[in-house]
Amino acid sequence: MNRILKRRQLTPEIVLLEVTAPRVARRWKPGNFIIIRPTPESERIPLTIVDGDAGKGSITMVVQAIGKTTMQTAALREGDAIPDLAGPLGEPATVERVGHVLAVGGGVGVAELLPVAGAFRRAGNYVTAICGARNAGLRILQEGLAAATDETLWATDDGSAGFHGNVVELMQAWKPATPPGLIHAIGPIPMMRAVASLTREWGVRTYASLNPVMIDGTGMCGGCRVTVGGKVRFACVEGPEFDAHEVDFDELARRNRAYADKEKEAREAHPCRIGLG
Amino acid sequence: MGDIRPKRNPKAPRQQVPVLEAGRRASTPEEVATGFVEDQVKIEALRCLNCKNPVCVDACPLHLDIKAFIDRMANGDIAGAFEKISEQSPFPGVCGRVCQHELFCEKACLLGKKLDPVAIGSLERYCADYARAAGDGHGAARARPTGAKIALVGSGPASMIAAFDLVRKGYRVSVFEALHELGGVLAYGIPPFRLPREILNQEIDRLAGMGVEFHRNFIVGKTATIDELFAEGYEAVFIGTGAGLPYLMGIPGENLIGVYTANEFLTRINLMQAYRKESDTPVRVGRRTYVIGGGNSAMDAARWAKRLGSETTVLFRRGRAELRARLEEVEHAEQEGIRFEFLAAPVAIHGDDKGFVTGLDCIRMELGAPDSSGRPSPVPIAGSEYSVEVDTVVAAIGQGPNPTLQKATPELITNRGKIVIDASGQTSMEGVFAGGDVVRGGSTVILAMKDGRAAADAIDRALKARRADGVSEGREVAQ
Repeated sequence: MNRILKRRQLTPEIVLLEVTAPRVARRWKPGNFIIIRPTPESERIPLTIVDGDAGKGSITMVVQAIGKTTMQTAALREGDAIPDLAGPLGEPATVERVGHVLAVGGGVGVAELLPVAGAFRRAGNYVTAICGARNAGLRILQEGLAAATDETLWATDDGSAGFHGNVVELMQAWKPATPPGLIHAIGPIPMMRAVASLTREWGVRTYASLNPVMIDGTGMCGGCRVTVGGKVRFACVEGPEFDAHEVDFDELARRNRAYADKEKEAREAHPCRIGLG
Repeated sequence: MGDIRPKRNPKAPRQQVPVLEAGRRASTPEEVATGFVEDQVKIEALRCLNCKNPVCVDACPLHLDIKAFIDRMANGDIAGAFEKISEQSPFPGVCGRVCQHELFCEKACLLGKKLDPVAIGSLERYCADYARAAGDGHGAARARPTGAKIALVGSGPASMIAAFDLVRKGYRVSVFEALHELGGVLAYGIPPFRLPREILNQEIDRLAGMGVEFHRNFIVGKTATIDELFAEGYEAVFIGTGAGLPYLMGIPGENLIGVYTANEFLTRINLMQAYRKESDTPVRVGRRTYVIGGGNSAMDAARWAKRLGSETTVLFRRGRAELRARLEEVEHAEQEGIRFEFLAAPVAIHGDDKGFVTGLDCIRMELGAPDSSGRPSPVPIAGSEYSVEVDTVVAAIGQGPNPTLQKATPELITNRGKIVIDASGQTSMEGVFAGGDVVRGGSTVILAMKDGRAAADAIDRALKARRADGVSEGREVAQ
């Protein structure tokens, strides 16, 4: 049984859940994800694994309540069970020793940076994290990131904390004389697209962790297909991380809106408005 | 019981399976073939010649004792007939519906040389339905066996019959399924209007009642590796992970919104039940759907699209005679008003500025010399291009073996993704066996079951041999 051991509200929309999943806890690596269904009528949705404790047999994930299924997940309480949870899925993040690594995250994507940044640091890199949020109050996992990286810089859209602007603007302002050896990015598609175009100019190898629509998460449906370097790839089994300079972000953005109308209907019909300010 | 045996009448016409009226099928997932009624059963069973050498039994990949069960049916002993089938198969309700009888038992049936063959599939199905209605279908619950532990990967037809055979030999059998529902392709691929879920689930429950343990949401290769399963005490592993990797058409516009692989389309509807209002999984079915392909998945997808309100066309690059789907499904599709456009293939898909499909370019084909499959090869006719307006396209052009386990297990030798096995069914790893579509590529339920049965035998032999050797090696092997 995948029972919820701990629930923490990180922002009005974002919730952290620690769940019993002993086998996933034993085998996960940074960059992996799981597929869950919060109720027996739910869609299967992918969520990044943020942390895992093999000794305790638990994993941690972070969910942003934006659609019906994520709202239902965010509304789960400590002691509740998640009926279906499968993983760890996907290929782990590329972690190498290159000297200096920049980890860039926006919104809920910041949660995935935590394990990846930690893995880069353990591999012997100096790790800088550049993270974005709309305002100071919406920053998540600040202490964790501070501990997992050598330096963490925040950008807020309204300038209420850290740099006034978005992460890409902060990257431009921050750029050291010697650019980092590798960049890992995760966040909203427009952010990842902008990061990729900037780092292409910089000439720095960049990986983006993608978030397409998925069903089974094991390579069976092809719903998550993305075009990378002109080739069709299945993000669930070949990704979710790809060379950011090769990803067709426009196509990904379009495909992720495939069910926008149906999602809106479902969200509006769903009575649970928990946590939505 | 009296000894008055009813008279055989092979010349009676082959009984036609009653079906739901085509108009009523339009918007329901209800089963189309409703099955024989009682009166038909006797007539059909008495058509059987009761051959001395029943060629139908040889032709059945499972060698079901068709002669014996039909004989019992001819004598009115339906429960006995069901018992007879159940000695050899856990899936009479499933196979009675989805097996391609016309390619095996019914093709061999001697009566078919001059008249129509006995409707063996429909009789098999009747037994299962009768037993289910009578509440006999559950089988006696047994104590959990105590023999060696065996892991079966995937819960499709190959693993399920292996589970059935191994649990009856006293092995402790665990089935590991990646998805949240059991049944593999029977659950995600085959629509309920062909195989109602209660039939499938009840036959799976029967296996659980016999002591088979099921683990859902467990992806071998990810959740645990094969090596870990051995370390946890499993003494043999069977891989029956099927062919779930969809092939893509490789034409421009394939990633537009509204273009599905048959796997995604069917998984959304069958497994995730997108057709039910209560289900949260959406599916996008527009006004006009084109399904590309000529196999069972193509028929299944087309019939769903039609049920979900779309004007539906099946586009197939060869002719009707070359369709690979079960004949019954083709006929049902035709009855339901699905259009067939033969001898044409897709060339490109067009969309609007938001990425939604709007049209499909096709090209006419003619049949040329036979290709490697033995069927006439389709050859494009230059200058015959044409365009149609569509908003949903489903590519049902076949699938390859699921790659996940192979990727996680580099020791497994594969050939273009298919796991390679030796004559005994063993893979390149000792104690690891494989069968069904993961070995064959896209094949059929019944051949997967044949493989599962062969693998169960091979596992039994291997473990017995190992046990004999193990004594000298001082290795402890459970009985």
